[in-house]
Amino acid sequence: MTSLTALTLKSALTGLAKGDFTSLELTQAHVEAIEGARSLNAYVLETPDKALAMAKAADERRRGGSAGPLEGVPLGIKDLFCTEGVRTTACSNILAEFAPPYESAVTANLWRDGAVMLGKLNMDEFAMGSSNETSRFGPVNNPWRIEGSNQFLTPGGSSGGSAVAVAADLCLGATATDTGGSIRQPAAFTGTVGIKPTYGRCSRWGVVAFASSLDQAGPIAKTVEDAAILLTSMAGHDPRDSTSLDVAVPDFASFVAKGVRGLRIGVPKEYNVPGMPAEIEALWAQGVEWLKAEGCEIIEVSLPHTRYALPAYYIIAPAEASSNLARYDGMRFGLRADGASLTEVYEGTRATGFGEEVKRRILMGTYVLSAGYYDAYYLKAQKVRRRIAEDFTAAFERVDALLTPTAPSAAFGLGERRDDPVTMYLNDVFTVTANLAGLPALSLPAGLDPQGLPLGLQLIGKPLDEGTLFSLAGTLERAADFKARPKVWWRS
Amino acid sequence: MAIDAATVRKVAKLARIREDEARLEPLAKELSAILDWIEQLNEVDVEGVEPMTSAVAAALPLREDKVTEGGDAGRVLANAPRAKDGFFVVPKVVE
Repeated sequence: MTSLTALTLKSALTGLAKGDFTSLELTQAHVEAIEGARSLNAYVLETPDKALAMAKAADERRRGGSAGPLEGVPLGIKDLFCTEGVRTTACSNILAEFAPPYESAVTANLWRDGAVMLGKLNMDEFAMGSSNETSRFGPVNNPWRIEGSNQFLTPGGSSGGSAVAVAADLCLGATATDTGGSIRQPAAFTGTVGIKPTYGRCSRWGVVAFASSLDQAGPIAKTVEDAAILLTSMAGHDPRDSTSLDVAVPDFASFVAKGVRGLRIGVPKEYNVPGMPAEIEALWAQGVEWLKAEGCEIIEVSLPHTRYALPAYYIIAPAEASSNLARYDGMRFGLRADGASLTEVYEGTRATGFGEEVKRRILMGTYVLSAGYYDAYYLKAQKVRRRIAEDFTAAFERVDALLTPTAPSAAFGLGERRDDPVTMYLNDVFTVTANLAGLPALSLPAGLDPQGLPLGLQLIGKPLDEGTLFSLAGTLERAADFKARPKVWWRS
Repeated sequence: MAIDAATVRKVAKLARIREDEARLEPLAKELSAILDWIEQLNEVDVEGVEPMTSAVAAALPLREDKVTEGGDAGRVLANAPRAKDGFFVVPKVVE
């Protein structure tokens, strides 16, 4: 029998339904795999007792004939999601040992549907980073390595722990969040599938806030179908998030096997950035051929403001972050530093509690929002943001979805790009546009580079049209037939 | 350079983050480099463009003005760095 941790979420659900194994057995196998993979640093908190108790309860519900759509499936949860009574830190020292008295809407939806929590997953501090190196718990190691090398590679970020837990079979699926590419770039770096749905699909209630007009939750999974199953459970209207959309959630999995004949696919010429490796260009062209072979019509489109997306993002996101992170004042929860006056306590708490990248972004955000600079930076960026969104609106009059690479490179070495913030920011050049425009976007593994590292393709869709993305992704997944797995080096 | 050490000192004060004097100059360099890169936004013609504040073009929903939860000081205070007799304990604010 295949190892239980090697199953896809879908095949695990089938096995559970047939009685081939119990959730307790499935969960136990994952608990053991996690214990043996601590060198990856994917989990920042393991909750085996809770996992086994939830698994037992799931087995009982299944025996009683009331199995939910995710009954008994063990998942990993990004440490940005508040989990009731279970330490939630956003991988920042400032949250210390914070144990939320409430459960995030997204995780509550997963538990409602029967899922089991294995623990909390590593990430960049407050989701600010593209390499998972800003975490208070240290970086996550990518299970993938360059052929013949022992160098540690980044899994990408900010959802590095989520991507690695899925890639290394340490869960059957994981929650993640995406503010500028934090689901899709790590998915591309680890050979996994990730989708950032339309802004407002998933409730942000109980998700530690970074940049509220951009933040969106979504799953990272082993297959397109698994991602569709997870998103169906995670999404849904929630009155506690005023930007949550009151729209029906389709059964996303029903789209995965659908044909794509006649769909018009846009290829944005601006995504052909200077210095992009030839293998990424080739993979993109291959993706075009795969969709053409299935009956799609390929149309070149122009998104002229693409190159301004990252600079606009690096005004808007820090501005919103500086406002959101003002709540960490050391008074009501988390860390408090000693000081002779209230101001000293505030300043000391925030100086010791926040890491360097978070402080840099708070300072930048405070600067662009400060008197005299607001119009020149913040207001300007919001106007550019509309131009970027208008580019997409115009393109979607001619096409049904867009196909692009997910990231401009494969996974890079830990530490390699830490010294220059702007170089690090450029990782998100293909992903950040969908956040600014609020559009759904999915990354799936489509091939290996010459060094044996996975590369991803990205599909960007119309608002609320995740269904079409799942159909296209399912088609590409079958064509690419991506079966490569990282060689296991991390097991203790 | 867009930002000098004095500006960083002022912004750090506004953001309530203590920064050592020795860090001001390097931070000014880092932030200036980022701002230099951001300057390219000036190439975009945004004449007459409405600023985009939200990815969703929907009116904010209203709800009835009534208390839905509360009366649970124990849970509210459970994560407090310091608490006493059902209150947060904070540094002295008024002399």
